[in-house]
Parts: sequence; C-alpha cells; structure tokens
Amino acid sequence: MTSPTQAAGISADSAAIPEPPAGGAVKKDGSAEGRSPGQLMWIRFKRDRTGVISACVVFFFFAVGLLAPVISWLYGKNPYTTYGLETPGLLDDFNFPTGANGGISADHWFGIEPLLGRDVMMQLVYGIRTSLLIGLAVTAATVLTAIVVGVTAGYMGGKTDYWLGRVMDFLLAFPSQLFFVAFMPVVVALFVNPEEETPTYIRVVALFLVLWFLGWMGLGRLLRGQTLSLREREFVEAAKVSGAPPWRIVRKELLPNLVTPILVQATYMLPAAVTSQAGLSFLGVGLLEPTPDWGRMFATAGRVYEMDPTYMFFPGVAMVLFVVCFNLFGDSLRDAFDPKSGR
Amino acid sequence: MLQFFLRRTLGAAVILILISAFTFFLFFSIPQDPALLACGKNCTPDSLKIIHENLGLDKPVPVQYLEFMRGIVMGRDFAVGPCPAPCFGYSFANNQPIFDTILDRFPTTVSLTVGGAAVFLTLGLGAGMLAAWKRGSLIDKSFSSASLVLSSMQIYFLGPVVLGALVYSTNLMDSPKYTAFTENPAAWFVGLLIPWMVMATIFTANYTRMSRSTLIEQLQEEHVRTAKAKGMSGKTVFFRYAWRGSLIPIVTIFGMDLGSLFGGAMITEQTFSLAGIGRLAVDSVIKTDLPMIMGVMLFTATMILFFNVIVDAAYAFIDPRVRLS
Repeated sequence: MTSPTQAAGISADSAAIPEPPAGGAVKKDGSAEGRSPGQLMWIRFKRDRTGVISACVVFFFFAVGLLAPVISWLYGKNPYTTYGLETPGLLDDFNFPTGANGGISADHWFGIEPLLGRDVMMQLVYGIRTSLLIGLAVTAATVLTAIVVGVTAGYMGGKTDYWLGRVMDFLLAFPSQLFFVAFMPVVVALFVNPEEETPTYIRVVALFLVLWFLGWMGLGRLLRGQTLSLREREFVEAAKVSGAPPWRIVRKELLPNLVTPILVQATYMLPAAVTSQAGLSFLGVGLLEPTPDWGRMFATAGRVYEMDPTYMFFPGVAMVLFVVCFNLFGDSLRDAFDPKSGR
Repeated sequence: MLQFFLRRTLGAAVILILISAFTFFLFFSIPQDPALLACGKNCTPDSLKIIHENLGLDKPVPVQYLEFMRGIVMGRDFAVGPCPAPCFGYSFANNQPIFDTILDRFPTTVSLTVGGAAVFLTLGLGAGMLAAWKRGSLIDKSFSSASLVLSSMQIYFLGPVVLGALVYSTNLMDSPKYTAFTENPAAWFVGLLIPWMVMATIFTANYTRMSRSTLIEQLQEEHVRTAKAKGMSGKTVFFRYAWRGSLIPIVTIFGMDLGSLFGGAMITEQTFSLAGIGRLAVDSVIKTDLPMIMGVMLFTATMILFFNVIVDAAYAFIDPRVRLS
C-alpha cells in the first residue's frame, strides 16, 4: 500500500524532481518539511502570472453567472422586460435603437436589443449563467462517465476492455456536430408530446443529454490507457497482494494518479461544451426564446449586424475572452501539475 | 497492403450499418407519429392512413429498417413513384427524393471545404513550421499568441464581423454567394472568398499550434539529434527527419477535419447563408423532416468513415512500418 503522495505516478514523480530541496522546504531547525504534490502544484501555479490572471477571469465569469440575480437586482433590470417597447424614444420606427452605439446609455450600459428592446447586459449576464450551467453539468457528467468507463476498461482488461473499446470506437465514428443537431428534437420528443409547449428545463436536459452522450469517449480512452499502464506498476501489485479489494485499489491507488489528466482535460472540455451549446442555440436547435442564452444572442446579432453591429460586440468579446482564458488556464494547470511537458 | 485496406473498409462498413440502425431506431421510436409530420397542416385521418401505407409505417420498425436498407442498395417503389438505387426515401417537407437533394447541395459543401482546406493547410502548416524552426524567437511568440486567440474565435462571431467590415460598411465585396465552378470560375472564387477566410482562420490557428508542437516534439527525438550530430545541415534535418515524423498526427487530424467538413459545415453555412449539406441538416431538423435527417446523417457518417480509410491508406505511404506490417 503506497500513499498517493509517494506514488503520484507518471506525472508527480517527475514533478517532484525539479524542485531543488526534494520537494520540501527546510525549516529553521534543519528538519525538512514535506510538501504534497498538491502543494507543489499550487506553488508552481502561483508563480505563473498568465495562469493566475486567466484563472481570475474564469472565476469572474463564474461569479457573473452565479450572481446573475444579484446583478439584476443591483442594476435594476431583468432580461425579460422589453424596455425598448415600453419606453418610447429608445427604439426608432424600425425598432432599432435610436441612440448611438446600439443605444448605450447610463440606463442601459451595453445598449438595447434591436427589435424587442430588451437590455443587452441582462441578456448577456443571464445568457452566461445558462451556458455555464449547461457547460458545467455536461463537463461533470462526461468526466464522471469517462472515469467509470475508462478505469473499468483499463483495470478489468480482457473481454470488458474489448467491448468497452468497441463502444467507444463506435461512438467516436458518429458525426458529432450533426448528431447534436439531429437528436435535439428526438430527445425533446422523448419527454414531451411535440404538439405541446416544451418547457425550458426539458430543452436544457435534452442539450445536456446530447452533449454528454458523445462527449466522454476522448477522455475515456485516455484514462483507459493510463489505467492500463498503472495497473502493472509495483504499488498496485503490492496492494493486490496485500488483499485489497478492487474498489479500494481503484479508489486509493489508481484514481489519485489519474487526477492530473482528469483535471487538465476537464479544463479543455468545459469551454468546448460551452461553445458547442452556444453553437446549437445559434443554429436554432438549442434554447428558444425567451430563455436568455449566450449562443442565441449570436443568431440575433448576425441577423441585425448590418443595422446594429454593437449588439454583436459584448457577447462576442465575452465569448472570446472566456475561451482564451479558459484554455490558458488549462495550459497553466497542466504545466503546474507536470512541468516536464513543454508547451 | 491490399488486405489491410480491405479490412479497414469492411470495418468502416460495419460501423456505418451500426450507425444507420442506431439512428433509425432512435428516430422511429419517438412517441410521435412520423406520418403526422409528412401530412402537413390539413391532415385528415384518411390522408394520414394513405401516408402510413405509402411509407410502410404500419409495419414493425425492424421491417421498416430492412426495407430502408434494401432501398439504399437496390432502390424501392413507393406509391408516389419509383425511387432508383441509392434510395433514402422522400422528404416530408418538399416530397423530393432525399438523395437528389443531397447531391444538389453537395457541390456547395465541396467548394467550401476544398477552398478552406487549401487556405488553412498552407497557412497553418507554414506558420507552424516557421514557429518551430525559429523556436523562442519573436516570430514564434507572436504566431503562438495570435493562434491562441484566433483558435478561440467562433465562426458565428467572426463571420458577421468580417462581413460587416468588407460588405456592409465598405461595400468592398458582395455578400457571399455560391456560383457553380463550371459556370463561372471567377464568380465562384470571389463569392466564396469570405467564407473560406473566416472558416480557415480558426482552422489555421489550430493547425499552427498542432504542427508547431509536433515538430518541436520531433526535433527533440533521438534520431534527429543523431542526424544533427553527424553534421547534417539544419534544413535537411528539419525537412527529412523532423517534418516526416510529424506528418502522422497532422494527417490524422486533417483527415478527420476533411471528413467532417465534407459532411457539411453547419455553422459556416448558416452564418453565410450558403445552401450546403450543413444547412440542409439544420433546416431538416427544424422542420423535423425525419427521412432527410436520416439521409444527411448517413451521408455525413459515410464521409467521415471514407476519410478515415483514406487516412489509414496515407499512413502506409508516410510510415514504412505500416506498409511492412
């Protein structure tokens, strides 16, 4: 039985070496203070300025999503009221904002939505909330599925491995983007009769299901490979010999060694899930009006771009910023866990 | 070699059949009567019954599936008329044969893919090679940061912005439009230039990142170090040793991208209102045109699997180990 600290496997083994005093600081009285791989990672991460900044931006996006109702309360507006139609003078005869730059004013910081006259900032804040919620749920579910399938396949080997491998191959051969689009109505129809009004939460669940269904195989394969090589290592063998049940071996020996690839991949999967979801809404098969949605803002913005380019600006810049920072954050996380792998 | 090729083709065919079965059963297991969709607004129980008989919907789903598959290979006769060999049935939305519609849309998708791929492959690989060659230099750093930002762009954001800059506000170019290449090559080129550029921007960024990192990895390999140590020129080492080694991952990704692009670039086509396969897919999903979705799904899957086999064949040319085994 080895503690995960010493057996931190492929990544942490190599991670511990470059730290000069063998991964520990020397106390005043001369005795060495041990540091866990987690602490080492944290120390390395803190030194990486790009990583810290992008982590802050990512955190900011999550805070915006989480605190959307608070922001709405402070700002005094909500994403549903059609301010432009209720207050005369905000929209012109063609229902486009009268003010310059999409109607940006002290009342409407990011301007007013053309045609319906809703507040752009509230649309965006609540849109981010919806997208991040779905993105987070999808990422959590795909990571969990990948862990279960990948570790099972890798650890059990033999027939189980073969058949799980075939299932993953089969799902990887699916045209994933088309699958997302094509199966949205099918999954929705599984829950409600198409003649009735579809409640929003069912569309959210359907989005979650299609994105989850074809999202986990990449990480699953990676974890299967890693488990396959970890299974042959001495500390796993030792645990087996000492009579540890498989569940314990998976939990105490294998999983701690798989934390690095799981976390790093998850930071790449989350922005991918968010942009896929936004893409679906852009194509008109994701969330429908009046639920605020990041992706659907792009569809509207594309339609009115000729008349009112400002409407594209805020959601677009926010999206690029979010994806860039999340990817940078992922890179920094990988470097912090595994400094040997160069960029 | 031939045996290897045949085995891969057979494997692809099996996966294709599985995908078709999976898609078919899922579509026809939904609790909604597909005939209702084909029937339209003025639907009477009588016309519903006729549609049921015409489409064979009163038979059990497995029988329907077998008839569908037989229709693809041998063609089949519907009450509305015969449907020759690759028969995917008739669209619910406009009563046109599915396969004809797909063939009709395919040239747009092919043009979009070929042009875009030509741009992103040359620019992406070129920039990646340059960055790897001058690793750590200013060129490398600027390419790397540019590709990081550009790869995070989304077509539905970049597309309208570029359209705004070149079309709406300055009138430098016309709105993107597809003209058949055989009809007027110049109009074909000009009409698709903006979609190519926008689509290629994101791919170029990804290919720059990928080719740079694989090349750098290859340059650290031992055989490359040996070649350098025996005094070969930097150029020879770079192109003959490192570049060849990095081809395998690049060809793999390129094949996958090409397959999915030939199956329709949904977001690009939607952004620029081009009527290709991707647009067809989205429209048929919005109209719940089940036979059309089914047809496009199979078509796209065929494209992806076809390019997978091509990639496998390409390995044999690149890597002698594959050829010999």
